Amino acid sequence: MRISTFFYCLGQGFKNLTRNRWYTLASVATITACLFLFGMFYAIVTNFQHIVKTAEEGVSVTVFFNEGTTEDQILSVKNLLEQRVEVREIVYLSAEDAWNSFKDQYLGEYADGFTENPLADSANLQIYLNDISMQQDLVTYLESMDGIRRVNRSEVAATTLTGANRLIAIVSAGIILILLLVSIFLISNTVTIGISVRKEEINIMKYIGATDFFVRAPFVFEGVLIGVIGSLVPLVILFFVYRQAIGYVAERFSMLSAILQFLPWSEIFSTLAPLSIAIGVGIGFLGSIVTVRRHLRV
Amino acid sequence: MDTRTRRRKSRIPEDEIITLENVSKAYSKGAPALNGVTLHIKKGEFVFIVGKSGSGKSTLIKLLLRELTASSGNINVMGYNLNRIRHSRIPKYRRNLGVVFQDFRLLEDRNVYENVALAQRVVQVPAREIRRNVSVILERVGLGGKYKSKVTHISGGEQQRVALARALVNKPSILLCDEPTGNLDPEISAEIMNLIEKINESGTTVIVVTHDKAIVNMMEKRVITLQKGVVVSDEEHGTYNDEDDE
Repeated sequence: MRISTFFYCLGQGFKNLTRNRWYTLASVATITACLFLFGMFYAIVTNFQHIVKTAEEGVSVTVFFNEGTTEDQILSVKNLLEQRVEVREIVYLSAEDAWNSFKDQYLGEYADGFTENPLADSANLQIYLNDISMQQDLVTYLESMDGIRRVNRSEVAATTLTGANRLIAIVSAGIILILLLVSIFLISNTVTIGISVRKEEINIMKYIGATDFFVRAPFVFEGVLIGVIGSLVPLVILFFVYRQAIGYVAERFSMLSAILQFLPWSEIFSTLAPLSIAIGVGIGFLGSIVTVRRHLRV
Repeated sequence: MDTRTRRRKSRIPEDEIITLENVSKAYSKGAPALNGVTLHIKKGEFVFIVGKSGSGKSTLIKLLLRELTASSGNINVMGYNLNRIRHSRIPKYRRNLGVVFQDFRLLEDRNVYENVALAQRVVQVPAREIRRNVSVILERVGLGGKYKSKVTHISGGEQQRVALARALVNKPSILLCDEPTGNLDPEISAEIMNLIEKINESGTTVIVVTHDKAIVNMMEKRVITLQKGVVVSDEEHGTYNDEDDE
């Protein structure tokens, strides 16, 4: 293919955008609507997952050891536990640290009356998990170990967070499926309009000896351009809506600020922007290929 | 395989550009549109194909354009066996044909120049040559001053000249005209036919499908008459009287 032919096809792709304004507008609007819904849903789900993840990270399993267990023995258990896949982080709290923390929190100056550490056997390991649903596996393992006096865990937190994760997964799959079906329906309608507009043009080009590539290329460029525009518009809208929304929620529900930890826009858009553009370009590309293919057998 | 090789294998005379041997075309419903048609057209000939609606004229054009394939029989055009031609080779084959339709089939959102230049772009002619070739061909069809006009802003006769310019700009071996004067008044029709005759005189084989007896009788060219899909007459300097095919 000549380079001039490539630029001609590219130029025709651009010109087609204005030649068929209504078709362009309808196509861009369709892709924009689909990707706006997708982006909004993505932002909500990602933030929800982030909130659940933050909550999960605060949940730990605390292990207390039998009386007389030395610090070296505890640290060797810590080393052993750090090898396990479900373990993200282990914090060792010595008896002195435990007493100091207790004093600071609850006793203040009244602590002076204690000459010995009443929490002498309270050295413990606080284990933070990668995945809260694996808590029970870890607890079972810990309870089977020698020298363990008690294992503290929150079953309610684990069950609730595991349930929330499962719910997010099911709802995500459901909404993605619905969005996909709606997108296919809207895009197939738009493509049908496109076919009626372009049928004559494709026929003429075929009659004068255009190859399938030559006929298809301007339409594909046009489709890709529509896809790019159709994906950039919702991204810009979402950018402003997202910033406004998290600002509003943070202000309105400030007492829940410890729980409602929203992701910054940059983190959302670093994934959403390339994903949306890729989907937009993909829809535009496939839409135009399908539109033209039906008429190439002239 | 080049054209000569194909021609030698199919034993078609060198001076014959279009050959139909016992060609039939049947659609799924009703009687066949063409039934055992045999035609031999030589290079540089001017041929009218006439007949009433439903006689098979349009089917014949579509077969020559390889828009349709024959149900049986052989069609050979410029060495291309149209029964066996691969889909990917059809564009190359069509570049040897210039086509003019009754309804002009111009791109209405483009101007005269762009419509004609499209045919050159399809065959990837360099941009500088396109400008030169399009100017020359527009002068030849009498539209030298209208290359910037939108095709919707010019008359029917001028639109048909644009269609002719588009058909001729790639210097085709064959010009196929499907009812080229069907949408034009008699005076303009005569002008268009004179233009087509001049094109024929420069060596292009011309096939005109029409049921316009005034034009056919004025030109005194070879006339092939179709009736219900069958060739009923083939005269060297023929005339057409539509009562003949009643």
